[in-house]
Amino acid sequence: MNKQKVYIYKLYERFWHWTQAFLIFFLALTGFEVHGSFTFFGFENAVDLHNKAAWAFIILTIFTIFWHFTTGEWRQYMPTTKNLKAQAEYYIFGIFRNAPHPTRKTLLSKLNPLQRLVYLSLKILIFPVMIATGLAYMYYRYPSGGEIVEPGIVGDLGLVALIHTIGAYVLMAFVVIHVYLITTGHTLTSNLKAMITGWEELESEEGEKTPVSKTTKDPVGEKVDQPGDTPKINPDNYKSK
Amino acid sequence: MKNTVTFILSVVVPLVIITVVLRDASQDNKLLAELKEEYSQPHVPSVDHSKHEVLQQDFDNPHEITATCISCHTERGEELLNSFHFTWEREDYIEGRGVTYLGKSNLLNNFCTGIFSNESTCNRCHAGYGWEDQNFDFTNQYNVDCLVCHDNTGTYEKLRGGAGYPEPGQDFQAIVQNVGRPQKSNCGYCHFHGGGGNNVKHGDLEEALLTASRDVDVHMGLDGANLECVDCHITENHQMKGRYYGVSSANTRRATCEQCHTATPHLDNMLNSHVSKIACQTCHIPEYAKVNATKMFWDWSTAGDLDEGKAFELYDDEGNPIYQSIKGDAAWHTNVEPEYFWFNGTADHFLISDQVDTTAEFLRINTLFGEADDPDSRIIPSKVHRGRQPYDPVYLTILQAKLWDREEGRGALWLDLDWEAALTAGMEYLDRPYSGEWDFVDTEMYLPINHMVSPADQALQCEDCHTRNDGRMQFVEGTYIPGKTTNATIDVLGVLLIIFSFLGVITHATIRFISHKKNNSQTA
Repeated sequence: MNKQKVYIYKLYERFWHWTQAFLIFFLALTGFEVHGSFTFFGFENAVDLHNKAAWAFIILTIFTIFWHFTTGEWRQYMPTTKNLKAQAEYYIFGIFRNAPHPTRKTLLSKLNPLQRLVYLSLKILIFPVMIATGLAYMYYRYPSGGEIVEPGIVGDLGLVALIHTIGAYVLMAFVVIHVYLITTGHTLTSNLKAMITGWEELESEEGEKTPVSKTTKDPVGEKVDQPGDTPKINPDNYKSK
Repeated sequence: MKNTVTFILSVVVPLVIITVVLRDASQDNKLLAELKEEYSQPHVPSVDHSKHEVLQQDFDNPHEITATCISCHTERGEELLNSFHFTWEREDYIEGRGVTYLGKSNLLNNFCTGIFSNESTCNRCHAGYGWEDQNFDFTNQYNVDCLVCHDNTGTYEKLRGGAGYPEPGQDFQAIVQNVGRPQKSNCGYCHFHGGGGNNVKHGDLEEALLTASRDVDVHMGLDGANLECVDCHITENHQMKGRYYGVSSANTRRATCEQCHTATPHLDNMLNSHVSKIACQTCHIPEYAKVNATKMFWDWSTAGDLDEGKAFELYDDEGNPIYQSIKGDAAWHTNVEPEYFWFNGTADHFLISDQVDTTAEFLRINTLFGEADDPDSRIIPSKVHRGRQPYDPVYLTILQAKLWDREEGRGALWLDLDWEAALTAGMEYLDRPYSGEWDFVDTEMYLPINHMVSPADQALQCEDCHTRNDGRMQFVEGTYIPGKTTNATIDVLGVLLIIFSFLGVITHATIRFISHKKNNSQTA
């Protein structure tokens, strides 16, 4: 077993993650004010900010879908049953006995099977539902030709709002658990540091080649040195520039 | 460095541009500017009536005045005979009743209850001369009173208890030479005084509107648009636009805000999208009775009390009568927040032949139709006048009391303070069955509020309705109102989900911490 520093989260990936984190926090803050749970910005401002943040979220999502497909990163979220049970058992028992992580984190497989499942359901269920209900809420009635029209596609706004609210509660629960589980990495803060700097120390078997991204370029096109046939990304290359 | 620049150019800049483009571009309200220009043009009459020879004479018979008017305005008399101001009833279709002919001529209310047997005093406000009993001739055009609406001197007075006739001895020559388009003071002569005094009935129509600032009424305020009533209540052939749902029933010929302001008057489309479910008045008339008090409660059951054998009156600090032996208890309020109802422009009325439901909490003198699911319904502000008035506990009908007479001893409540005699006389006059017994029933009457529109910056704010409790819409049912409507089950489950997530995380962290220490001490 040896450890290597790996550039695991690329620049866009980190930008996306933190922007999305901020937007979800901000949408929750303004959204629950619109819901009537508390008063902070004032209803009018809360609605305005919520709608603007919603558009930012939608634009970010479009960029990120593009990023996922152009980089092939979407494969990271393909669900697998391999190790799923082991991963769950690790969180319930193993973690308390200093047992090793059942899933090894590598550049080609950053996510454990539980993460794959949860993040995939965010991507294909929660976010689409939130965006669809959010747009329905914004545009179920709109001005056209000097009058207000309501095509009736949306139907019951109360139901739309209800689904949107349920989604918000689920997302809040996700955030609480997610923020806690990032402390279960190699050290308490190794996952956090990785998402901030992009670099993480990963374990690799003796003699195993460290897998790297199929492209030998980093996400913004910086050429990376390739000494011999064991391409490694060396953080020092970046620091020197 | 190069990475960062590329990143900012490719991701951040497009995001910023898109966000800026999505912002609503600000614009001027052209429509409002055009309206201001149009309505600031003074009305120039086409005729100077003082130059008409036929008007240069002394009149002592009001019917002669009408005849003189008709001698030039040849068809106007017939028009008046078919106008609501003269007939006091209209043909309307009411859901569940069919075609009805209703109005002040045959409906009771919960103010002075009704005109029957009291015509001489009530019908001072009739646009006619001599309607003192059921023998009035509604087909005689010389019975029309032109002057009450068209006097532009502001001096014309109708006689108290005179069945619509003018006070004798007025300078009729000056009045007839100064007739013209009706002014606020003409309409207000009657409409400000419904219920027997200034602002008693409507709450949003009163004498103060003749001298008000735009804060009181942005349309009629002297420093506002200074509009006349007929600017909005557009009239053709003496048929006015506008309805008062204490006596009207149909969703036709209404005077609306939209006729000037269009259905999308706001620059902000978020506000415009409210218009299909919220009447303009709801936000733009945050309160009524802004100057003088309006009567909110009238309890006839306490009428008749005497102080040392004499009728007496009690007044509140503002000088409003809170008890009168002749009228009973009353409550008066200023700056009243309206109550809010779904309304589709149609209404029903409690008829003198209808049965009182004694199991109901109260009796609705009129019923505003409308509900959330009805595409024609919008939320409107309304005054609700609550009353307690006499009914027949045997025949279960509401009763007409005779209130007024010229002489004592003929059953008039206001002179004799005798309920039995007053009810007997009133019902006898109506020729309706009466058991001779009476009790009092709680009633509500709904008077939609349309005037005393505030300047835009004083309109309701989002938070006034979009709030969990105590908002203006707290009693409005049937629709989802963001910030107000919640699903209690989902909210409880949602909060529990978050709490359990926290508890799970804290428990997990605690066990991790303890077992970590234990593992460490074992290895040490």
